[in-house]
Amino acid sequence: MGTKTCCLAQSRTTKIIYKMQNIRVIARLDIKGPNLIKGIHLEGLRVLGDPHDFAKKYYEEGIDEIVYIDIVASLYGRSKLTDIVKNAAKDVFVPMTVGGGIRSVEDVRDLLRAGADKVAISTAAVENPTLIKDVSRIFGSQCMVLSLEAKKQSDSLWEVYTNSGRERTNLNAVDWAKKVEDLGAGEILLTSIDAEGTRKGFDLDLTRAITDAVNIPVIASGGMGKSQDLIDVVNEGGVKAVAMADILHYERDSILGIKNAMYENKIPVRISNE
Amino acid sequence: MSNSVTILDYGIGNILSVARGFEAVGAKVNITSTLDGIQNAQRLILPGVGAFASGINQLRKSHFDSAIVDLSNNGVPLLGICLGMQFLMDSSEEFGETNGLGLIPGKVIPIPSKSDDGNQLIVPHIGWSGLEISRGEKSWSNTLLENTVPKSNVYFVHSFYSKPINEDHLLAHCVYGGNNLSAVVCKDNVMGCQFHPEKSGTVGLTILKTFLTI
Repeated sequence: MGTKTCCLAQSRTTKIIYKMQNIRVIARLDIKGPNLIKGIHLEGLRVLGDPHDFAKKYYEEGIDEIVYIDIVASLYGRSKLTDIVKNAAKDVFVPMTVGGGIRSVEDVRDLLRAGADKVAISTAAVENPTLIKDVSRIFGSQCMVLSLEAKKQSDSLWEVYTNSGRERTNLNAVDWAKKVEDLGAGEILLTSIDAEGTRKGFDLDLTRAITDAVNIPVIASGGMGKSQDLIDVVNEGGVKAVAMADILHYERDSILGIKNAMYENKIPVRISNE
Repeated sequence: MSNSVTILDYGIGNILSVARGFEAVGAKVNITSTLDGIQNAQRLILPGVGAFASGINQLRKSHFDSAIVDLSNNGVPLLGICLGMQFLMDSSEEFGETNGLGLIPGKVIPIPSKSDDGNQLIVPHIGWSGLEISRGEKSWSNTLLENTVPKSNVYFVHSFYSKPINEDHLLAHCVYGGNNLSAVVCKDNVMGCQFHPEKSGTVGLTILKTFLTI
């Protein structure tokens, strides 16, 4: 890493507030087949390239985690995620979460063996909530990430959607978050379908409603247009991690730039390789 | 000195990532799921993700537990990672009391649900935390952490942690909500990391590389 990082690292050690856990900066790679894609409201997909190139670059630039989501797998069955993760494990030495089309304990086992650290489950968890319990019992709750995709219905009511935001469930997002925590989910990856891909910032009300309801870490996802959006969702939404996609894919900002902004705003953050 | 390392595959745990991490620092990696493989190891890695009881039962089923104990009694360097570190202890309180391998005296206990100022603490502890020196004036020289800078960040994901009875067996800890959680334990040739060195960027890879020199 460059000199700038080193200076930042040194100045930071004296100021660190020891009780605050570093907020995780996560790159979210949405996958279709072998490709990295990006959409708006989880639709309108556009191919960006080979996910491995992006993951490797983000690792080298100091990303804290990488999340791969196959956004069509739940509709069409098996995905190429196992191959993608296997390939990533050669060059990427930060945690990887993998989701999309996971239906069984066996699917989870395969992905963990391929190099994933955690799995993100959405559709199958709604259809069969026992899966959350089984996965957390067998592999530990720390690797069971519940992917919660929610759409606003009224001022303080959000509905859970499945199949990458295509299908309604009639489930209240806050109730569902509490239930999955009870069932053993270790984290919630919270995607606002309304905000996703808009670059207009995270849905702060939704995020706050979920973080108030549960005592497991919540990852905000969907809507990051600039680093201030991250600062807002940490300070106002109470999340412990933030996932971002096209701000990195289109290089509207860099990982170092985002982490610098966090540091300037007194949000605890890991400076690369410190 | 040989740079060979054997990773035990007993059906759970992120074997591939550990293998890739060691390969990235120049190790010759063997993955084994047999008693022979354990007995022939020049260095053994005990990985593990998940629940303590189901993991240790998996080891016992194949009689790997006694093979690992024999190997470590012969002085072969042993490194437990995450759940594999917890196995080194006498017992764990996760889902009722379960016996471990008993290589390092102490217990595996839950992370406190409160921070030291009384606030609710989020468990599991997931994320990057700094490594702190545990043994007072004794430094990290000639240990697994001899090439590691104090306060370097490494990646943790756990709900339980190991508490050695003898303070000398605790090399490093992290601070979470004001609570000290064991990060690296060490007793002679038996070592364990609660965090994932294979997921901790260059800081973690350096620790794997150091293990190859032990």
